[in-house]
Amino acid sequence: MQGLIFLVVAATSGFAAVRLVTNKNLVHAALYLVVTLMGMAIIFLLLTAEFVAWVQVLIYVGAVIVLLLFGLMLTRAQIGKTALDRQQRWVAGPVALVLFGVTAPVLWRFFDGRTISLDRQSGNTEALGTEIFTKFVLPFEVVSVLLLAALVGAVFLAKKD
Amino acid sequence: MPLNWVLVLTTFLFCVGVYGVLARRNAVIVLMSIEIMLNAVNLNLIAFNGALEGDRLIGQVFALFVIAIAAAELGVGLAIVLLIYRNSFTVSLDEVNLLKW
Repeated sequence: MQGLIFLVVAATSGFAAVRLVTNKNLVHAALYLVVTLMGMAIIFLLLTAEFVAWVQVLIYVGAVIVLLLFGLMLTRAQIGKTALDRQQRWVAGPVALVLFGVTAPVLWRFFDGRTISLDRQSGNTEALGTEIFTKFVLPFEVVSVLLLAALVGAVFLAKKD
Repeated sequence: MPLNWVLVLTTFLFCVGVYGVLARRNAVIVLMSIEIMLNAVNLNLIAFNGALEGDRLIGQVFALFVIAIAAAELGVGLAIVLLIYRNSFTVSLDEVNLLKW
């Protein structure tokens, strides 16, 4: 059952990702990104990582998409068929294909037979919080300082002189 | 659930992100492709967290950190894109070659 849901969600997610990088309408690209990210959140839920799944929904689908749509609107993105790809497009396809063709079979064969255990007891948010606030306190604080620095930097860059 | 399936999915999404970064012209779409790549990495971290023995959740903790850093990166990146647009009235990466030569 979980395998079936995973296959359906993975197919949807991958298709939306492909459409994101190939379609012509830039606002539709942002909406395809929503589909991809929601699919990833569902897969996180399937892999019993429910806290990360909800953080994904809140931050990515909530905040990041709005930010990207604002970016598209504020830069008056051209919507239409004119010149979507760069001059170096001809390398992009082969690079991506070779990367996938080399990496995927290697990973497939090397991790053959390993399974992800899905029978953890539900509700690992408490364990996750304990982990963050006992073993990972210093990185957590560093990330908060980094977010503050990024906030100040973004405001400084984007403000009008 | 087999670990293989998830790994192939994440590899695929990562490669789609690589294609988007290399091929697309609009800087905002390039940022979206970077988000897809970071998300693929997150899925990898969570999959390996489930596949390895032990009850600790280090993979999920790292996924949370990656999400936070991705948000910070996107904020600064979009601010830079807006600044470029304000100065040169384009976000096409072919035309932003001020530092190239």
